[in-house]
Amino acid sequence: MKERYLLERENILAPLLLFPVVIYVILLVGFPFVMAFVYSFSNVTVGNPDYKIVGIRNFIDIIGDKVFQKSLGNTFIFTFVSISIVLILSHILAEVLIREFRGKWLVRFLILMPWTAPIALGTIGYLWFLDSVFSPIDWILRSFGLLGSPDALLGPMSNMYWLGRPGLAMVSVILVHVWRLLPLGTVILIAGMNSIPREILEAAQVDGAGYFRRLFNITLPLLFPVIGVTVLFAALFTFTDMTVVWVLTMGGPPPHSTQVLASLAFLKGIQGGDLAQGAAISLFFFPVLAGVAAIVLGLVKKAVVT
Amino acid sequence: MAVVELIGIKKYFGHVKAVDGIDLEIKDGEFLALLGPSGSGKTTLMRLIAGLESSTEGKIIINGEIVNEVPPRARGIAMVFQSYALYPHKTIFKNIAFPLVVEGLNKESIKKKVLWAAGLLGIGHLLGRMPSQVSGGEKQRVAIARALVRRPKVLLMDEPLSNLDAKVRHTAREELKLFQREIGVTTVYVTHDQAEAMGLGDRIAVMNEGIIRQIGTPEEIYHEPVNTFVAGFVGIPPMNFIEQDSVIIGFRPETFLPTELITDKDLMKLRFRVERVENLGSYRLIYGTIGDVKVISNLSLPYPIKEREEYDFSVRLQDIRYFDKEKGVSIKK
Repeated sequence: MKERYLLERENILAPLLLFPVVIYVILLVGFPFVMAFVYSFSNVTVGNPDYKIVGIRNFIDIIGDKVFQKSLGNTFIFTFVSISIVLILSHILAEVLIREFRGKWLVRFLILMPWTAPIALGTIGYLWFLDSVFSPIDWILRSFGLLGSPDALLGPMSNMYWLGRPGLAMVSVILVHVWRLLPLGTVILIAGMNSIPREILEAAQVDGAGYFRRLFNITLPLLFPVIGVTVLFAALFTFTDMTVVWVLTMGGPPPHSTQVLASLAFLKGIQGGDLAQGAAISLFFFPVLAGVAAIVLGLVKKAVVT
Repeated sequence: MAVVELIGIKKYFGHVKAVDGIDLEIKDGEFLALLGPSGSGKTTLMRLIAGLESSTEGKIIINGEIVNEVPPRARGIAMVFQSYALYPHKTIFKNIAFPLVVEGLNKESIKKKVLWAAGLLGIGHLLGRMPSQVSGGEKQRVAIARALVRRPKVLLMDEPLSNLDAKVRHTAREELKLFQREIGVTTVYVTHDQAEAMGLGDRIAVMNEGIIRQIGTPEEIYHEPVNTFVAGFVGIPPMNFIEQDSVIIGFRPETFLPTELITDKDLMKLRFRVERVENLGSYRLIYGTIGDVKVISNLSLPYPIKEREEYDFSVRLQDIRYFDKEKGVSIKK
C-alpha cells in the first residue's frame, strides 16, 4: 500500500476523523462527569478542597431536603408541560410550513429566529417583556380593559407581575422555554412530514378519511419515530436547562417556586460553595435521562422495524 | 349510461395548461384507458375525477351528480396509485379494511368484505403480513383490493403496473382485464404504455398537451388514427410517414413489405434502402430510407435482406392513410 492511499483506508481514516470528537467528549463531558461522581461521595466545598469520602451522605441529605423535592417536582412539570406544548405547536407550524403560500420565507424566518439567538440574550429580552412594572403585555391588557380597573377580568391591580407570583412565574418560564424549543421541534417535524409520501395521504383521502382521521391514523403513526426523537431532544434540553429559569427568576419567587434541579445544583454547588451537594444533585439527571433515552430509542426502533 | 361525464374541463397550474378543455363520457362498466406521453395531462385528468385537484373550469359529473365541490371521499370513487400507497404501519388486512373502518361499518361486515376482496385477488394468505413483507405484484393486488372493497362506482388506476418488472407485468395485465370484466366496475386507467392501453381498454383516449387527440376502440386508434400525433404515438415502432405532394402518407411498419411477398394488385411501390436489420426472434425490424426519409419495416416472414442494399418494397393501397400536410389531420382518399 502506497503512502498516499493511506487516507483511503477505512481503518486509518475512521479513527482519524473520530479523534477530535473523542478528545472533546473526554475533556468536556467525560471528565466533568467523573468529577461530579467523585465529588458527590465527598465533603468537598469551594473553600476547602480537602477530599474526604463521606459515602452516600450527600444523597441522603438532598433527598430529605424540601427544596430539592420541590425542585424535582418543578423539573418534571417544567419538562412535561413544555414538551407537550412544543409538540402540539410544532406540529401545527410544520403543517403550515410544508404548504406553499405567500410570505412563507418570513414565517419560517421568524420561527427559526429563536434558535439562532443566544439563549441568555433572548431570555433577557423576555425579562424586559415580563417586567413587573414596565411589561408591554400589561400595557396591552390595560388598554383593552382586562387589567387594572376594579371589574377587570384579570384583576384590579395595575400589573400582572408575571415573574413575581408563584404560579404565573412557572407559566412564564415554561412559555419562554417553549419559544426557544419550538424551532427545533418544528424543523424535525417538517423533515418527518416531508418524508411521508404524498400518495399515502392522498390514498387515505380517497379512502374516505377526513383531516383528523388522517392525522391520527396515518400521519402520527408514521411520524412516531420522528416525534420520539423530538421528545428525546426536547427532554434533554429541558431537563438540564437552567438558563431560562436563572435569567428570569433565579428560581424564585420564594419559596423556590420555579427552582429546577439544574438551577438548584448551581445554587448549592457554585453559589453556595457546597460542591459535593451540587454534584450529588446534578447526578440525579443521569438515571432519569438515561431512562428517557433508552425508552424513546427502544420505541423508535420498534416503530421502524414494523 | 354515462357514469362519468366531463364537460369542458380545464386545469391550469399558473401558466401551465395541464388539461386544456376536455369533454369525455365514460360508460357504465367500461374500461377506458387514458394514453399519452408524460406531461400530456392524463394523470391530472384522473386526479380531477378523483377530486385530488379542483378544475379551473368545467363540470365533472359522476352518476348524474355534479361533483366539482364534493370531496374525494364522497364521490364514490376509488383509486389505485402508481406507488400503491399502502399504509406501511398497517397489516394487509387493516390496509384493505381502512376505507370500511372510516365508513364506520361494524367488525363483522368489515371482515366479510375484506375477505371477499382478498379472495377476489387471491391474497387471502397475506392478510396478516405487513406491506414491507410482500412482493411488488402482491402490493399491487392489495392496492386493488383496498380500492374495490367499498364497491366504488368508478375505479381509477394511475399506472398501476409500471412498478412491476416486465415478466410479472404481462400476467398482471391479463388478470386485471379478466377481473375487471368479472366485477364490471367502470374503470379509468392511466398509462403511457400503449401495449397496456391496447390490451386492456375497451376504449382508448389518446392525450397530448392537455387535449384528447382521439378517443375510440383500440382498433380505431390503431387503424384509423385521426391525426399524425396519434398515428406516430401508437404502435411500436410507430407509423411511417412520407410526404408526397401536398399530403403526408402514413403506413404501419408491418404493412411495408417486399413486393414479392404481397399478393394484392393495388400497391404503392417504393424503393427501400436498408441500413440496419434488427432480428428480434419472431420478427425483424428493418431500418432504412425511402429517398431521404427514414422508415421502418416490420417483417415476420422469411425473406433474405442484407444491410446497405436496395429492395423493392410495397404497401397495399388499403393500408395507406393520408394526412393533411399543414394540420396533420386525417383525410380520406
